[in-house]
Amino acid sequence: MTAAIAGIGATEFSKDSGRSELRLAVEAVTAALADAGLKPSDVDGLVSFTMDSNAEIAVARELGVPELTFFSRINYGGGAACATVQQAAMAVATGTAEVVVCYRAFNERSGHRFGQFATAAATMPTSSGVDNSWSYPMGLGTPASTVAMVARRYMHEFGATSEDFGRVAVTMREHAATNPNAWFHGRPITLADHQSSRWITEPLHLLDCCQESDGAVAIVVTSVARARDLAQPAAVVSASAQGSSSDQYVMSSYYRDDIARLPEMGLVGRQLWRQAGFGPDEIDVAVLYDHFTPYVLIQLEELGFCGRGEAKEFIADGRIGLTGTLPLNPHGGQLGEAYIHGMNGIAEAVRQIRGSSVNQVRGVENVVVTAGTGVPTSGLVLTRDR
Amino acid sequence: MSATSGSSAETSAADRITAVADRLRAAGECTPRPARDPVNEPMINNWTEALGDRNPAYPAVAPPAMIQVWTMGGLHPERSEDDPLGGMVEILDATGYTSVVATNSEQTYHRHLKPGERLAVTSRLEEVVGPKQTALGEGWFVTTRSTWWSGDEPVGEMMFRVLKFKPKPATQASVPPMVSRDTAFFWDGTKLGELRIQKCAACGALRHPPGPMCPRCNALDPTHIVSSGLGEVYSYVVHHHPQVPGKQTPFVIALVELEEGVRMLGELLDVDPEQVKVGLPVRVRFVPSGEFALPAWEVR
Repeated sequence: MTAAIAGIGATEFSKDSGRSELRLAVEAVTAALADAGLKPSDVDGLVSFTMDSNAEIAVARELGVPELTFFSRINYGGGAACATVQQAAMAVATGTAEVVVCYRAFNERSGHRFGQFATAAATMPTSSGVDNSWSYPMGLGTPASTVAMVARRYMHEFGATSEDFGRVAVTMREHAATNPNAWFHGRPITLADHQSSRWITEPLHLLDCCQESDGAVAIVVTSVARARDLAQPAAVVSASAQGSSSDQYVMSSYYRDDIARLPEMGLVGRQLWRQAGFGPDEIDVAVLYDHFTPYVLIQLEELGFCGRGEAKEFIADGRIGLTGTLPLNPHGGQLGEAYIHGMNGIAEAVRQIRGSSVNQVRGVENVVVTAGTGVPTSGLVLTRDR
Repeated sequence: MSATSGSSAETSAADRITAVADRLRAAGECTPRPARDPVNEPMINNWTEALGDRNPAYPAVAPPAMIQVWTMGGLHPERSEDDPLGGMVEILDATGYTSVVATNSEQTYHRHLKPGERLAVTSRLEEVVGPKQTALGEGWFVTTRSTWWSGDEPVGEMMFRVLKFKPKPATQASVPPMVSRDTAFFWDGTKLGELRIQKCAACGALRHPPGPMCPRCNALDPTHIVSSGLGEVYSYVVHHHPQVPGKQTPFVIALVELEEGVRMLGELLDVDPEQVKVGLPVRVRFVPSGEFALPAWEVR
């Protein structure tokens, strides 16, 4: 427990930012530094996603960061989100850097849309391109369709239904409805809305799929000791982990014995609980990556909140609502707030620890956060400084 | 002129087309449609001038190739009520064969025509053939024979053939697979109609997707077997949005567990999505796509 999140910053979340991704990045980093009470000259490390289009050196140049002693990128799409903080925490723990900013910025709705069929991903002359040759030419090349394949098997094995998936979407939109920063602020949905929304890839309806968004989020990581001297209450990184599992693919790990699960998230969860020294029972708020509703159910199982196949019962009684025993994504998640590749979830976890969220849960000590699912992934446990 | 195989909907369309064709053919010559103007020198002069034909025989007689000119309908042509080509166009439009292209015509001239002669034209349906798969799309060849009359005397004839077809949707090819030295054997196989599964020569483990090293024994000695191509649906999706290169939505993609024990993705062809379920028995079918052949499935 040597690192903490000392600052968070974001742009507005929109469908058309009207400015460059680099500008979004520097706006978010500037906001996060201001939140922490730090200056660009305090920064000596930058971390982002392999998928981010803004090089660390470009961000550093714009901000006037004089020297970087640590810069790093994490692979595998949204699976990188929590791992950026892990990288920063490791850099801080080893003395490699003192103030590391993690950022993710994109025009993912007005620019390159992830929801479209990704021909480019299938034609890369890399091992990943070859991996994709077993799915994309056959027509399976959108995130929704790759998740739908697992969701169908999960339904077959455990009797989950589209309504079970829909209850996740309804809860996320309920939370977003009272979050002024959410794209779907003031726009809750009913289960009937979910059921009548058009098919994207059966068994997934439109409302099982997260948004496409423009925006940026930045997270400032430093030592717990330094964080205590800064502007905000420290959100201590009490656990951080990455996970890739047996016979791992990106979104299409279909060749394992058992595909109706997310073993890489199970691996992340086991590390988180071991590092934190407690288990799911001590978690007050869960911020789980919700690009597609079925994977929220499977994550609850992999993290040990319930047994395998039991998530549909676990969420059925309002347990994941703001007044439930495990409030899930109080900001509305990526289904309700915005899709910023999981980074906006980390920011919400920090607000819950600080007690500053618009949908604040009472007495929050520990929050678990997860990153992109169906891919090699990562997770965090953030804890209130004691 | 009869329907071949296909779904009941197609058969019914083919039956309707055939029934109209039979009726029109039996009706024989349609009502004569008279020419608007008689054969005349000004029109002959315009024609020969435009074509640069300086044959001194004109305009005392009309060039034979003008035969169709004399009964052209002008800017607002109207067919006779019982015109057989009109009848065939109507039924083919109604059954989805909405595009038309003239494929060939042959004219026969019995004698020269002189200015002052007033012609009429009749037409009969000679033959309707289809449905045929053509480069333009599935269609029907409709052949009519027109006869031009000067009074009771037939002075010229024309065989005229059109293809009425369903335009093929403009589709891109499927995304081609990225092939490496480790996976080329698979794609070589699909082109030959073989579904190849990697087999480790050292320990015998089967594996799909393939790679250079056996994950079980770490041998670098891959070989392959040819799958029976038989398996069952392990999971599946029905894709609706967005559009996918080379596919018509909605379409079904199935993750199939082959008899040999490995799983493989492919489009499940010619199936009602409502009928697909986990456990459905399927067999492989190879679909040419550009330079490749993609593995796909059909219900067995």
